[in-house]
Amino acid sequence: MGRRSIIGTSLAVTAALALSACGGGGSGSGDSNTVRVTLVNHVWTENIRAALPEFEQATGLKVDVTQLGEDQLSDQYNVKLNAGSSDIDVMMYRPLQEGRLFAKNRYLADLTERAKGSGEFDLADFQQAPVGATTYEDKLVGVPIITEQQVLYYRKDLLEKSGFSAPPATLDELKTQAAKIEADNSGVAGFVARTGKAAAVTQFSSFLYSFGGDFVDGSGKSAVNSDAAKQAYEYYGGLLRDHGPNNVSTDMSWSEAMAIFTQGQAAFYPEANSLYKNATDPAKSKVSENVGFAPFPAGPAGSKPYNIPSWGLAVNESSGNKDNAWKFIEWAAGKEQTLAQQKAGVPGARTSVWENPEGISTYPKDMADAITVSLANGVGHDRPLVERVAQAREIVGQPIVDAITGRDAAAAADTAHEAFQKFLDDEAR
Amino acid sequence: MSAVTTPSKAPRSANVMPETPGWARWANDHRKWLFAAPAMAFVIALIIFPLAWTLYLSLTDSRGSVRAESNFIGLQNYFDVLADTDRFWPAVGRTAAFTGVALLFEVVLGMAIALLLWRPFKGEKWVRVAILLPLVATPVAVGMMWRLIFDPNIGMANQILGWVGIGPQPWLAGQSSALPTTIFIDIWQWTPMVVLILLAGLTSLSDEPQEAAMIDGASAWQRFRHVTLPLLMPTVIVAVLLRGIDALKTFDILYATKGRGGGSFNEVETLNVYAYGLSFDYNEYGRSSTVLILFFLIIIGVMWALTARRKKEAARR
Repeated sequence: MGRRSIIGTSLAVTAALALSACGGGGSGSGDSNTVRVTLVNHVWTENIRAALPEFEQATGLKVDVTQLGEDQLSDQYNVKLNAGSSDIDVMMYRPLQEGRLFAKNRYLADLTERAKGSGEFDLADFQQAPVGATTYEDKLVGVPIITEQQVLYYRKDLLEKSGFSAPPATLDELKTQAAKIEADNSGVAGFVARTGKAAAVTQFSSFLYSFGGDFVDGSGKSAVNSDAAKQAYEYYGGLLRDHGPNNVSTDMSWSEAMAIFTQGQAAFYPEANSLYKNATDPAKSKVSENVGFAPFPAGPAGSKPYNIPSWGLAVNESSGNKDNAWKFIEWAAGKEQTLAQQKAGVPGARTSVWENPEGISTYPKDMADAITVSLANGVGHDRPLVERVAQAREIVGQPIVDAITGRDAAAAADTAHEAFQKFLDDEAR
Repeated sequence: MSAVTTPSKAPRSANVMPETPGWARWANDHRKWLFAAPAMAFVIALIIFPLAWTLYLSLTDSRGSVRAESNFIGLQNYFDVLADTDRFWPAVGRTAAFTGVALLFEVVLGMAIALLLWRPFKGEKWVRVAILLPLVATPVAVGMMWRLIFDPNIGMANQILGWVGIGPQPWLAGQSSALPTTIFIDIWQWTPMVVLILLAGLTSLSDEPQEAAMIDGASAWQRFRHVTLPLLMPTVIVAVLLRGIDALKTFDILYATKGRGGGSFNEVETLNVYAYGLSFDYNEYGRSSTVLILFFLIIIGVMWALTARRKKEAARR
């Protein structure tokens, strides 16, 4: 009985495998009129999906979209690109997170010729920093589509109630205002931000820069134990510890932190501007009427928020359909679509859309002003620029969670410094 | 000698007609291999090959991409991992604690519930269905559900505690309370499976030993301790074996409640979560394979110990 059922099952599984292999082979091998595109859950993706029929009509191509969450997307790429799979043509990826690793592994096709050869595409129109992030060894391996700047989300009504006429211009003021608002309103935290060890690193980076620090110094050595860094860790963690939500979890990424803010339980929230629709959309936010945006508050070194290309499009090196894949990118990252995206609230990487008054016409006025400040003095990275970013983020993020939970931030920074230097040495090897 | 035909050849020549084509004759001669071939192909392609490949990767310094060049470094990974008191050994400890505590509660509770459900009573069917419900829910959905219930600020658990005057607890958000909370979720979800197995065992027991013990004046506890439990022991071991291996390999509940790396302080990082992080976050394929091979050996060891115990029990009967 046992043996028979095992054989029976294995036969069924073998048959199923054979069938699915046939199915996969059919759609996977030849049909060059279908472009297979893998995209992340993002406002950008919603917009591009709505515009797809236009592209399909103009080119006669069919676009097959797979849409995944950030983590699933990353896992999917790890599995498929590792196996040299050809069933992804265009991939949406994070230039600062996976970019270096993918480029080094030769997963990304060289797009230099194609981009330079296309007059309408106008590569020179892209901002320099984002294009720098999608370039590897002088080859263009991706096209930046979304940029992000950090701004301060805040509650206008709570500020008014506590007698503040303007959002904080400095980090000191931020602390004072957060404390006052928390004292004036029971059940409302003064401040909320990402708390997860790795997730918080990007939002912490602006604090680090504004205190005058960075993850790595000019000579490529770890700098996470500099005085500025120690102050920044203590400030960020201390603000969450003293004025954050009660029982604050150390696992929060943007969705959890945003939920606390949009449920009306926090007054200030530093976050990427590209997520602002979550806070202003009445369907998602209880406080949509009262959300304001301010430039990142200045620290001892001024206001230095990050200004980074968060997502780009690339072509899979193993794809057999590179020409059509490029056609998709040419359209999706083209001037027309970028302007449409920008008007729908997704900050683009093209200079032309920022210079065009139409490009920022739909932004809340204070958001547009805040972005202008970020564009002027922003820093081009929000995490260590290394190959194995996930690991690096965990190392440099440890002092953040240590500070939140009341441990000695300076000592944690020293420990992290040692580990990070070892990591950098290992990476250079 | 020529008059004697060997018995093995006789039926073959009798069954196969002279005009049978060659391939059919060949197939008939090798039928035991032929029929087993699909199963063997399945086992080789989906079990032996991945295992051998993992073993090979564990002996290399493969990282970044498995297609990239890697060097054969012998047992270096094993030395490194076994000397790693930062992530590996704590993960082993958590895996053992998670499995041990969850299993203990599941078997004790499972036994109690199974004994309650053993004798027929009114509404039995409904009670059984209700008890089995957690079992059919998908673990990720279960994880999400409990994450909401245990949310320190807006969760139901703290609200209920508030009604009886107990202050809010951090639950999954606390550094020391996260692992016990995930163990609780595992117990909630998997006790029904133990109930199911034990109930099947109980129903198959014959009534005579019970009746004999009753006539001899044994109390309910004595009957359970000295009659029911020994008779049920093989079933208990099966339940422990199945649930134990499953609990060792738990991933879904931990990942759904605490995310990558088992939380910012690796609070619930078991071996499985650690190996996942090594390959999907760190792209350290060599090291990850090493952890998986060691983990595999641990599971085989536990399984072997339990099976040996079960054989001993069976022999004693």
